[in-house]
Amino acid sequence: MTTRNRAASEASRNRASDGTVNPRRIEARLLAGAVVLTGLAGTLLGWSVAPDLPPAAIITGVALAVIAIVAHITVRYAAPDADPALLPLAFLLNGLGLVFVRRVDLAAGTELAAAQMVWTAVTVGAMCVALLFVASVRPLARYQYTFGLATIVLLVLPVVPLLSAGVINGAQLWIDLFGLRFQPGEIAKLTGVLFLAGYLARNRDVLSVATQRVGPLLVPAARHLAPVFVAAIGAMVIMAQLRDLGSALLFFGTFMAMLYVATGRLAYPAVGGALFAVACYLAYVFFTHVQVRVNIWIDPWADVQGASYQLAQSLFALGTGGLTGTGLGLGRPQDVPFSATDAIFVVIGEELGLLGATAVLVAFLLLVARGLRIAQTARDEFSTLLALGLTVTFAFQTFVIVGGLTRLVPLTGITLPFVSYGGSSLLANYLIIGVLLRISDESRGAARGREPRGTSTPARKRAVAREEAAAKRRALSTQRVTGGDDPQDDDWTDGP
Amino acid sequence: MNRSIGRVGAALFVLFGALFVNLNVIALFQADDLATHPANRRLIVQEYGIARGPIVVGDEAIASSTPTDGELRYLRTYAAGPRYAHLTGYYSVVLQRSGLEAAFNESLTGRPTEVVAQNLGELLGSANRPGNAVQLTIDARIQEAAQSALGDREGAVVVIDPRSGAVLASYANPTYDPNPLSSHDRTQIRDAWDALRDREDRPLVDRATREVYPPGSTFKLIVAAAALEAGMTPDALFPDEVVYDVPQTTADIGNFSGGACSNNADISLQDAFAVSCNTVFARLGVELGDDDLVRQAERFGFNRAIPYELTVSDSVIPRELDAPQTAQSAIGQRDVRATPMHLALIAASVANGGELRRPHVVANVRNPEGELVLGPEDGRWTGAGGDGRPVSARTAEQLRQMMIAAVNAGTGQAARIDGVEVGGKTGTAQTGTTPVAWFAGFAGNEVAIAVMLPDGGENATGGALAAPIAREVLQVAVAREAQR
Repeated sequence: MTTRNRAASEASRNRASDGTVNPRRIEARLLAGAVVLTGLAGTLLGWSVAPDLPPAAIITGVALAVIAIVAHITVRYAAPDADPALLPLAFLLNGLGLVFVRRVDLAAGTELAAAQMVWTAVTVGAMCVALLFVASVRPLARYQYTFGLATIVLLVLPVVPLLSAGVINGAQLWIDLFGLRFQPGEIAKLTGVLFLAGYLARNRDVLSVATQRVGPLLVPAARHLAPVFVAAIGAMVIMAQLRDLGSALLFFGTFMAMLYVATGRLAYPAVGGALFAVACYLAYVFFTHVQVRVNIWIDPWADVQGASYQLAQSLFALGTGGLTGTGLGLGRPQDVPFSATDAIFVVIGEELGLLGATAVLVAFLLLVARGLRIAQTARDEFSTLLALGLTVTFAFQTFVIVGGLTRLVPLTGITLPFVSYGGSSLLANYLIIGVLLRISDESRGAARGREPRGTSTPARKRAVAREEAAAKRRALSTQRVTGGDDPQDDDWTDGP
Repeated sequence: MNRSIGRVGAALFVLFGALFVNLNVIALFQADDLATHPANRRLIVQEYGIARGPIVVGDEAIASSTPTDGELRYLRTYAAGPRYAHLTGYYSVVLQRSGLEAAFNESLTGRPTEVVAQNLGELLGSANRPGNAVQLTIDARIQEAAQSALGDREGAVVVIDPRSGAVLASYANPTYDPNPLSSHDRTQIRDAWDALRDREDRPLVDRATREVYPPGSTFKLIVAAAALEAGMTPDALFPDEVVYDVPQTTADIGNFSGGACSNNADISLQDAFAVSCNTVFARLGVELGDDDLVRQAERFGFNRAIPYELTVSDSVIPRELDAPQTAQSAIGQRDVRATPMHLALIAASVANGGELRRPHVVANVRNPEGELVLGPEDGRWTGAGGDGRPVSARTAEQLRQMMIAAVNAGTGQAARIDGVEVGGKTGTAQTGTTPVAWFAGFAGNEVAIAVMLPDGGENATGGALAAPIAREVLQVAVAREAQR
């Protein structure tokens, strides 16, 4: 075979039948890269810490490779046109997390890495099952109130007497289920966004139109606003009561971003932000645990061995790492509290330096960018708001914990998506990736002219049937109200 | 909706931008401060991973590092603990370092103090290299003699080799055990530290170097030196009065005994010195004038920072003195203050022909291979002016003879050693509730000594209390000299 022929053959293999680049080939290569990087990092860690470790690194690498192959094949089958960058970025961060959880194990004598490996397999499996059985996200919009209720229930579960795992590290966020410790709040983020996306997609038109005058402000009718505010504020009150300030902050940020995108009115986030600022001030005045957090943030050096121990140790780790880091395996993660969970970012910062930490943040930024792009290209308003909400949650979560550990904002305990140890967090984030894969598959498939009706999975057949039923209902319903600021809206087939 | 999604995206990018900027500030600009912050445990673990060099007296390590099984790989132990505590200091994970452990930290670790290994090569390259040994000039037997001579009395003994300035002994009581302070158990350290700090006798304070006391009659050395430098001879006669009528005041000065200093109408400078005659020296001080007195004191090192490996408090004499103040100062009262280290140094310069040698306690620093890294910080001390000569060789010799006379036939007789030329000046300063007893002197030109007891009881005097201690220590020192 000549070089030219090989190149031509290569090109043809990379392209789908219609001539566009096959996203699954790109995904496969990127995934391979992520797995190889994880394996190399694990091996390097083994060499630097203990000579008997490379076998462990190889097991990790092989296991991750198997999981990646399963995930990839599932996506090929269930979401063939989905965005090719999502899964590799998630695996890169997940793999890095596996290496650093192992790193913390070695330093602190804990046994978390194996469990994290199992969690990875289980949660990626959950994502695959979701992809296989949810052929389209649009039907989910109809269960908005179910999701709303589920959100509240999930948030309340940790204080239910028989389930509660009690107060851990000053917050009551965990439940014990069949001997497994689980944080239902992580899943509540997902259901909360599902609720908001459904509600806002349905009511965005009435929310966009101001009909009532309050002082100098024109505001939409209270009855349209009430449910969403009640739900959002209720969720935030619950989280504040559970002392999960970080989650409250990211939930509120997500809510405001979704409300703004749904209505196109900056007044919502502006007024909401002002109200939130007042709420924060009141919380500072009335809650001592909030005061403590803020005071630590303002002056972390006043009580280095006491209240601000965690923040000080985080900063020490980053400062010791400097530009290039101490090298993998040569830092002191045992000095940093919660180094396998909330504070894993500074362990990376210490051992891989500013360069490594920046690379991790860039991976998060790329994921966020893909998420926003998927939101922009989604085929309907619900999908757009869902993708946007999940992406913003993901971005805020990263910002709150990294900003907290670097003293940009007050430190509140929250996991770093995909990297921190923890099954609940992994599950929530892989489900987010699953939803984004599904939404991007739908829009890119449609852009490619793919007919969703021609597919063979049972889920898809059910989806097609639902679509047809919905179309009939729409034909009978009243005239569609067009609105919004985007001409593309007119191309969309779904009504409110 | 796409435009508003774009705006949300822009807002998120701004937030991430803030993260990037903040991370850069930390990693590039705050990194040094954070890496070397005292509460950053990495420094301690790294530092305690080094086999710190020993501090050696004679052939024996008085401070050494022994391996442990813990995270902190070496434990610092002090063989004769309290005897050398004011010299060695402690080496503590909570209290950091003090004494020579602090002053010679770079030598003892074998590395610059604040360098944190930033990369693999640096870490692997230097991790197992032990630190350097610091050899002291201290003579173990003299130090031991000083400790046993003081017993449980509060006080300080400093012994110096006048020819070199080498400190042969520096002991102060009360003292403390640096071992519990240097343990790896933070609770033990804190308990020991709190107990030491709560004690009223302040065992952490080195009375040999860190506290100043009124020198009393030992200051007559400086007055006599000023007079001799001004051309007076030891034979010069003064009226022997019961009371010296100080100008400009009704507060007159009498003698310690309450009477006159001799049975004659006149008394020579040498005899007045030997019996420590206050009326004569008060008069002499006023006649010399405050300028001459202060100038002579400063040439001996008053109002100057004394160079030494450890911190020495400055001995002081006020620069502007009126006649009553001059008279009081001339007998070492009022606002004149000195450290025992400084008085040993003054005695040493007299024994050394008027030449002031720089005091030093470190003989050398050697690396693990035995090669010389640092020599002693010795030489003539010129920092006090006069080219390191507070007095001429002739004056020094006259002073020396006067001091020998004071021991042979004066107030310092308790310091006499048969067959050894011992000279000295006693002092009993009466500023506080109980007098401060002093003896500053020498044996031959090989050993100079200062003994100070700040609280010897109501009737304590330098001659009765300090001179016998000086004798006990000098005997050991002279015997050591003879063996060399």
